[in-house]
Amino acid sequence: MRRAIRYAVLTLFAVFFLYPFVLSAATSFKTRPDVAAHAASPWPHEFSVRAWTDVFLHSDFPLWTFNSLLVTVLATLARIFIDSLAGYSLARLQWRGRGPIFAAVVAVLAVPPIVLTVPRFLVLKEMSLLDSYAGLVLPLAVDSVGIFLMKQFFEQMPKELEEAARIDGASIFQAYWHVVLPLARPALLTLTILSFQGVWNEFLLPLIVVRASPSHWTLPFGLSTLGRGGAGGQSFDYPVMMAGSLLTIIPVAIVFIIFQRFFVRGVASSGVKG
Amino acid sequence: MTTVVDAPPAQAKSRGRGKSRIAGRQTLAGWLFVSPALVALLAFFVAPILLALWVSFRNWSGLTPISDSTSNGAHNYQDLLARSGVVRGDFAKSLRNNLYYVLGVVPAQTILAFLLALVVNAKLLKGRTFFRTAFYFPSVTSSIAVAFIFVFLFSPAGVVNTVLSALLPGKVDTVWLDDSDGLIHIVLGWLGLHHAPGALSGEFLDLSWWDWLSGPSVALSSIMVLATWTTTGTFMLMFLAGLQSIPVELDEAAMIDGATNRQRFFRVTLPMMKPTLFLVLTLGVIGTWQVFDQVYAMTAGGPQKTTLTPAYLVYREGFENTAMGRAAAIAFIVFVIILIFTGIQRLVLRKER
Repeated sequence: MRRAIRYAVLTLFAVFFLYPFVLSAATSFKTRPDVAAHAASPWPHEFSVRAWTDVFLHSDFPLWTFNSLLVTVLATLARIFIDSLAGYSLARLQWRGRGPIFAAVVAVLAVPPIVLTVPRFLVLKEMSLLDSYAGLVLPLAVDSVGIFLMKQFFEQMPKELEEAARIDGASIFQAYWHVVLPLARPALLTLTILSFQGVWNEFLLPLIVVRASPSHWTLPFGLSTLGRGGAGGQSFDYPVMMAGSLLTIIPVAIVFIIFQRFFVRGVASSGVKG
Repeated sequence: MTTVVDAPPAQAKSRGRGKSRIAGRQTLAGWLFVSPALVALLAFFVAPILLALWVSFRNWSGLTPISDSTSNGAHNYQDLLARSGVVRGDFAKSLRNNLYYVLGVVPAQTILAFLLALVVNAKLLKGRTFFRTAFYFPSVTSSIAVAFIFVFLFSPAGVVNTVLSALLPGKVDTVWLDDSDGLIHIVLGWLGLHHAPGALSGEFLDLSWWDWLSGPSVALSSIMVLATWTTTGTFMLMFLAGLQSIPVELDEAAMIDGATNRQRFFRVTLPMMKPTLFLVLTLGVIGTWQVFDQVYAMTAGGPQKTTLTPAYLVYREGFENTAMGRAAAIAFIVFVIILIFTGIQRLVLRKER
C-alpha cells in the first residue's frame, strides 16, 4: 500500500515535469485552429508540419542554430583549456600567491550575474566587441565554477604518475599535457557538458551584446523575439513558438540523456563546496 | 592542500637539484598556468565591476562614449531611494514583487525538492533513474524555451484553464499573464475588504502600504510556478547527494536503539542534512533575487508593473531607457540585498545548530 502511494506520487510528478514538453511537441504539429480548439490535447487533431517548415525554411532559425553552435563550441573549448590549466596550477603547483588567487576565484563565484550586466556591456563597448562573435564568446571563456571543479579533481588524483614523468625529464607542461590531462577525462567531460548546457542556454549575454545585430543572434535570443511579453497572447503563432522552443531544447536534451550521470556529478560536486 | 606541500623536497632529492630552483620553476609555471584564467577574470569580472561602480555615480546614456558621461554624485542612488517620483516608485514595486517571489519560490522549491529526494532515495525503488531524470530534466533546458511553453500553458484557452475548468465548478477563463490582482488582495476581497482600510493609507517609497501588502499578482504567481517547476530538480539532486552521504551505520545504530521511523527522520536525517539545506536555501535566495529571463519573455514587467523585478529594472533602465548610471546603481543595490539575505540566513541557521 505504502509502495503504491509512493509510485503514484512519483508518477504524478513525472507527468507534472514532463507533460509540458509532450504538449509542446504535439502543439508544434497542430494547425492554429486546432490549437485554439484543443489546446490541452497531447496529439494533433489535424496533423500539420507547417510550423516546422516555417522554422527550417522561412525563418532565421537555421542561422541562430549555427551561431549557437559556433559560440557554444568555441566557449566550451576555451573553458576546458583555461579552467583545467588554472585548476591544475591551484591544486598541484607550489607557488607563492596561490592562496589569495584561489580566494579571488571563489569571490568571483559569488558575484551574481545580474550585477555583471551593465559592467560587461561597458567593457565590451570599450573593447569594441559589441555585435561580434568575440563579444559572445570571450566573457564565457572562463568560469570560476569550472576552475573549482578541476581543482577539486586534481587534488584527489594520485600524483605518482606525473612525478614519474617529471623524473623521466618531462617539463611541467609536458607532464600536465601528456600524463595529467588524459587521466582527467571524467572531470573534463563533466566540465564540457556543464559548459555546453550553460553556454547554449545563455540569454543575458546575447541580449546585451548582439541585440542590435540580427546576424549574430543565438537560438535563445532569436527565439525570444518571436513573442515577447505577450500577456494575453491570442495572436501568437503557438505551433511555431513551440517548434522553436523544442529546437532550442532538443540538443541539450540529447546531451543530457546520453551523459546524464555527468550532469548529476556536476551538481553533486557543486553541492560539496557549501 | 597539505598533501601537496611535501612534493618539492621529494622531487629535489630525486633529481638532485637545488630546492630553490625547483621552487622557482614551480612559481613560474604556476603563474603561467593561471594567467589565461586571471586575464579573463580580470577583464570580464573584476574590471567590469569596478567600472560599473564608477558609472553608478555618473550620468551616462550608454549610447555615447563613456568619456562623455558626467559626474552626478550620488544622484542615481538618491533617485532610487530618497527622491520621491516614478523612479523610486518603480523601484519600490520591483522590490515588493521580488520579495513575494522569493518568499514563495524558495520555500516551495526547497520543500518539494526535499520531499522528492526522500521518495526517490527510498530503498528498493524501481525506476529510480527514470524518475530522477524526469524531475531534473526541466532544469537543464533553455529558460526562454520553457518560458514560452508556459506562456502557452497559461494562455486563456490553455491547459491550465482547461484542467481547472474540469476540476472546479464553472468555467475558468483567467488571463493569467495579464492579471495584476494581488493574491492577498483577492483573498481579502473574498472576505469583503476591497479597499485600503484607513490604517494602510500611508505610503512608503511612493507605494501605499495597501499596495505593499498586495501579495504577488496572478501574473507573477504564474512565473513563480514556472520557477519552482524549473529549479526543483537541481535542488532535489543536491538533497539526494546529501542523503547518500549520510553514513548507513548511523541510521542502523538508531534502528538498533529502537528509534521509530519518525525519530530517525527528525533526529538523524534532518540534522545531517543541515549543510545541504543551507546550501539549497542560499543558492535559492541568490537565484530568485535575480529573476530576469522569465520576466523578459513572459510579461516584460507588466501587467501594471506587477512583474517588474530589480533585475528586469536594470535591463529596462540601462538598455531601453538609456540610463546606464541608474541601471548600475540598481545592480549594486541588488547585490547588497543578496548579501544581506544570505547573511541573515547564515545567522539564523547557525543559531539553531
